[in-house]
Amino acid sequence: MLAEKYPNEVKKILAKYPPERKQSAVMPLLHLAQLEAGFVDRHAVVEIAGICGITETDVAEIIGFYTLYHDAPEGKLRLQVCTDISCALRGADEFLAKVCERLGIQPGGTTPDGLVTVEAVMCLAACDKAPMFQVQGPDGIAYHENMTVDKTMEFIETARKEVK
Amino acid sequence: MSHLLLRHRDIPDIGEIDVYKKNGGFEAFKKAVTSMKPQEVTDVVKASGLRGRGGAGFPTGIKWGFIPGNIWPHYVVANADESEPGTFKDREIMESNPLQFLEGVAIAAFATGANAAYVYLRGEFWPVAAILDEKIAEMEKAGFLGDKLFGTDYSLRIYTHLGAGAYICGEETALLESIEGKRGQPRIRPPFPAVAGLYGKPTVVNNVETLTNVPLIVEKGADWYRSLGTADSAGVKIFSLSGHVNKPGNYELPFGTTFRELIYTYGGGVTDGRPVKAIMSAGASSAVIVADDKALDTPMDYASVRTLGADLGSASVIVINDSVDMDWVINKTIHFFKHESCGKCTPCREGTYWMLHLIERIALGEDVKATTELLHAVAKQMQNKCLCPLGEFSTMAVTTAIERFPADFKASSSRAKTGTIEGGKHG
Repeated sequence: MLAEKYPNEVKKILAKYPPERKQSAVMPLLHLAQLEAGFVDRHAVVEIAGICGITETDVAEIIGFYTLYHDAPEGKLRLQVCTDISCALRGADEFLAKVCERLGIQPGGTTPDGLVTVEAVMCLAACDKAPMFQVQGPDGIAYHENMTVDKTMEFIETARKEVK
Repeated sequence: MSHLLLRHRDIPDIGEIDVYKKNGGFEAFKKAVTSMKPQEVTDVVKASGLRGRGGAGFPTGIKWGFIPGNIWPHYVVANADESEPGTFKDREIMESNPLQFLEGVAIAAFATGANAAYVYLRGEFWPVAAILDEKIAEMEKAGFLGDKLFGTDYSLRIYTHLGAGAYICGEETALLESIEGKRGQPRIRPPFPAVAGLYGKPTVVNNVETLTNVPLIVEKGADWYRSLGTADSAGVKIFSLSGHVNKPGNYELPFGTTFRELIYTYGGGVTDGRPVKAIMSAGASSAVIVADDKALDTPMDYASVRTLGADLGSASVIVINDSVDMDWVINKTIHFFKHESCGKCTPCREGTYWMLHLIERIALGEDVKATTELLHAVAKQMQNKCLCPLGEFSTMAVTTAIERFPADFKASSSRAKTGTIEGGKHG
């Protein structure tokens, strides 16, 4: 339960919005809810709907609309490579293909140990530092810029030891 | 000239509150709150000629002036959704010169009578939101945010709100829906946010870079600001330069700097020493400019870029050299807009869907001539019919690439082999 696990964070989130506008808290609460497992489970949907005073369908609709929310588990780390026009002009497509080849997966796939899901995503506002990717994981989101395939594999190897 | 917006490049620790204060920080906000009427602040910004830096270029002071005095409360929302492919300036401001931006938010709030302001950041800017939260807490502690500021009756609080991956939330009414906890789909306008915005109340929505200019304008005056840039476009602009250049990055320059200067003097020239073939001046939403000498020597201000059949927009300059075919470029932009279309209005939802199918057929070399004509017709039919600018934007590169680079849309065996997204650079 969010209210038990993150009481202070929930209180802080609710304090940002007028008391009669609790629906505004749905997005920050979803970010909080999916931190640990990497997706929002059914219990969290019910709890968030209750906190915000909206229906479970309203919450599910938000999860479906926004790409950073997930309703099913994947790799513990989601490695999301920007392949939009500016990054592609700097080799992002080739970068993505090679990273996937080294991991033995297709874009969108997850390594057999369940550690990494590699995805192509839309622009991440880091066009001058391509190839780049963001990692969505238990610590939130972090950018990795000016990457090479080797540096990416090193990052994954380090994560393999650290992320349980 | 030293930087006015990217000040951290001259003063590396400008993000620290003590350093910012030592360099004149919060003087403008204090001056506004203690010695000016809100209307006077709006008048200075109006007179400065500051125009919105998010892409639309609407005069900022005039926008503030639309806020009615008979409906309360008012809100200020900073648009930090920065999602246009090719744009990465607001992130640098917020990461490295966050206090000047937040002071701009505070002044805008005072000028429009708002006691609460929200900074809407794209969800990917998770660490940036953490920086802003920290800076907001420091400002509260130092007496620059909170109740009864500078001994007056004015109170202000600033909050961050993280999105979760949706380009459409850069559109101001979609952004407001998102803060309200709904899907980010644009509202029908009118009413405009100035009258019925966040929670149905009068709301000013300004871009991060726009707001970062405001403390300087209040401090140094409208005449000083107008003396920078051109008659049409006052002040300085951050140009996000990306694509085929040796030194991509943000460059803060006066309006009126030419494309040639940006690409060759600042950007270190084109990758592999090849000629520049095309320029997209406003990111993926841009018409594609043929990069001939006339275009390269065109000053980058709102009016001049329009003479090239394009817009300056948020000044996200994507450089494309002659190793790339334009069918591949619009394959990329169409994929983007198809993915980001919110689905609310039919011309955009269906139009981007069909454009994607057609560009895929072109990539596979299927009846390229007829398919290109059909793609052009679909894009044309979408124009002026969409609920919000996203749908229009999705067609800009498509129609102009086909019209201005017809040779890039001819069937070729190499194209048939390279396929679609994986095709990448060819030629």
